[in-house]
Amino acid sequence: MTHAPAAPTPGAMPDARGYFGAYGGRFVPETLIPALDELEGLYQDARRDPAFNAELHELLTTFAGRPTPLTRADRLGAHYGRAKIYLKREDLCHTGAHKINNTIGQILLAKRSGKRRIIAETGAGQHGVATATVAARMGLACDVYMGDEDIERQQLNVRRMEMLGARVLPVHSGTRTLKDATSEAIRDWVTNVRDTFYIIGSVVGPHPYPAIVRDFQSVIGEEAMQQVRAAEGRDPDILLACVGGGSNAIGLFEPFLGTKARMIGVEAAGHGLTTGQHAATLSLGSPGVLHGSLSYLLQDGDGQVQLAHSISAGLDYPGVGPEHSALKDAGRVEYVAVTDQEALAGARLLSRLEGIIPALESAHALAWLEKIAPSAKPETVILVNVSGRGDKDMTTYANQ
Amino acid sequence: MTMTLHERLSSNTSKGRRSLAMFLTAGYPTLDATADLVCALEDGGADLVEIGVPFSDPLADGPVIQKASGTAIANGVTLPWILTLVSQIRRRSGVPLVLMGYLNPIMRYGIGTFFGDAAAAGVDGLILPELPLEEWRSYAPAVSAAGLAGILLATPTTPPARVREIDAASSGFVYCVSTTGVTGGAVAGAALDNVRAVRAHITRNPMLVGFGISRPDDAMTFARETDGVIVGSALLRQLEHDPSPGGTRVWTAAFRRALDTL
Repeated sequence: MTHAPAAPTPGAMPDARGYFGAYGGRFVPETLIPALDELEGLYQDARRDPAFNAELHELLTTFAGRPTPLTRADRLGAHYGRAKIYLKREDLCHTGAHKINNTIGQILLAKRSGKRRIIAETGAGQHGVATATVAARMGLACDVYMGDEDIERQQLNVRRMEMLGARVLPVHSGTRTLKDATSEAIRDWVTNVRDTFYIIGSVVGPHPYPAIVRDFQSVIGEEAMQQVRAAEGRDPDILLACVGGGSNAIGLFEPFLGTKARMIGVEAAGHGLTTGQHAATLSLGSPGVLHGSLSYLLQDGDGQVQLAHSISAGLDYPGVGPEHSALKDAGRVEYVAVTDQEALAGARLLSRLEGIIPALESAHALAWLEKIAPSAKPETVILVNVSGRGDKDMTTYANQ
Repeated sequence: MTMTLHERLSSNTSKGRRSLAMFLTAGYPTLDATADLVCALEDGGADLVEIGVPFSDPLADGPVIQKASGTAIANGVTLPWILTLVSQIRRRSGVPLVLMGYLNPIMRYGIGTFFGDAAAAGVDGLILPELPLEEWRSYAPAVSAAGLAGILLATPTTPPARVREIDAASSGFVYCVSTTGVTGGAVAGAALDNVRAVRAHITRNPMLVGFGISRPDDAMTFARETDGVIVGSALLRQLEHDPSPGGTRVWTAAFRRALDTL
């Protein structure tokens, strides 16, 4: 199995201007345009370069621990009836989540760029840890922006980043969560663009980031497809993944877009979709521009970005990747939402029945099983992406 | 026939006058303040006033404008309110008015109607710093059909050929960003060289320099080699100390006097 990003296919999204249908683009200050052009060129060269692909493969295999296993969850399946449930175990990646797939790819691009300083934004801290990890391995300086509120609720990951030699820069502005951490990272990049490489953690931001992050995360779906075919002799019927910015979901879905599989992206309904306190961007948002791309957005009637809420710091974001917006409009992926409480119940169930404590983010995808698994036919094969492990969320789990 | 923005700024330069543009956030520090402050800026010698449309997530702005934007939004400022404000200012003043802001409130207002409504209210031009050339082109026809100037930004990282494209796509003036970074930061040591490098490729439009110009001395330094300067965060910091129109007029006049020595 090779981990080379999929070769570009004619007509594949995004187009030359970075649009996935009506969504995407580059809505950033002019100062950044040459850097984005440079990144696009670097990336196009890298994906055609056997040496780059070999190094990516080597790191994914010997450092990140790929391929991750596919686990058959029989007790969970029996709990719901007769459906066959498989778990893609991104929680077993080094650093504890799928985020490392992307940071390994991007740090290799950073190396090619010659820039010596890395910056990143983080919400739950998983992308921050994954970035600090690869920066340490490559000997590059690393600054991670993180909202005050997230620093408070994700202490373990703050300590991990610091131990890895990164500086965690607290963000006091705005909502003090992932949204403002992303804004501050972009402001830093505008200021220091000549010597700084920005590693974005999700399929968001200006072109070419959504495509680059998707390509590096597609290893999830590529492996899972082979693994499910090996186990079942066919493709899965239903795919489930949580969606904040949407990187683990795109990574799982992308290779299956050409199959008949039904795909469901599960957003955070927070306190409930009718409460105004949620992060269900695709379910309840409307098109707008935030953080460099046009995509669905939670906004008020005057076009101000609304506060998102989720118990899960990694889903607590009012935007979403532009490719998800396109997939929603095309009707290819269904987007649904589960509440904080439903996610917590999903996490408890997986822990007790399968011996796996999932991240709160992944627990949203698991919680949707409640809605579809009981009525599924016995031969239905459901594949759930367990995008991360729950160690970082133990305080929340213990206090709820 | 009134002069276009381009004509007014060019005519200043040809008369040896450097243009002074002042930026303030609409509805900051209070809703009632803005109209009087705009007139005070004009009285103090501003040739152009940029009215900032507050947005919740101003990517191109530093802490000062971020804070002012937050205050203005909390005060209840909306885009329709700003267009009403502009039409009220227009009854008192002919000073050129340019709206500076982010795309999302405009999209929400309605791309199809906004540009015409803005022009009808008395807006002369638009600066949308998160719309680089490629995205700008989607909106440029509607902006120019409405008779608004479309002011693009050229920065220290913009290659020469691209500066020429930006000049060709701009109307009113070209906004030269002095330093890589967000508004209100320190001016880099190399800023003057950056500005000269951009200036060399601007042939069609007047060029004003902004970002980090906070004192009359800075204004002189940059205006010497260009058509003028833009002062923003420094004005908002001043308004935090003294939001009175009288104080604002005096503060602006110091910049005017400095530019008039050139």
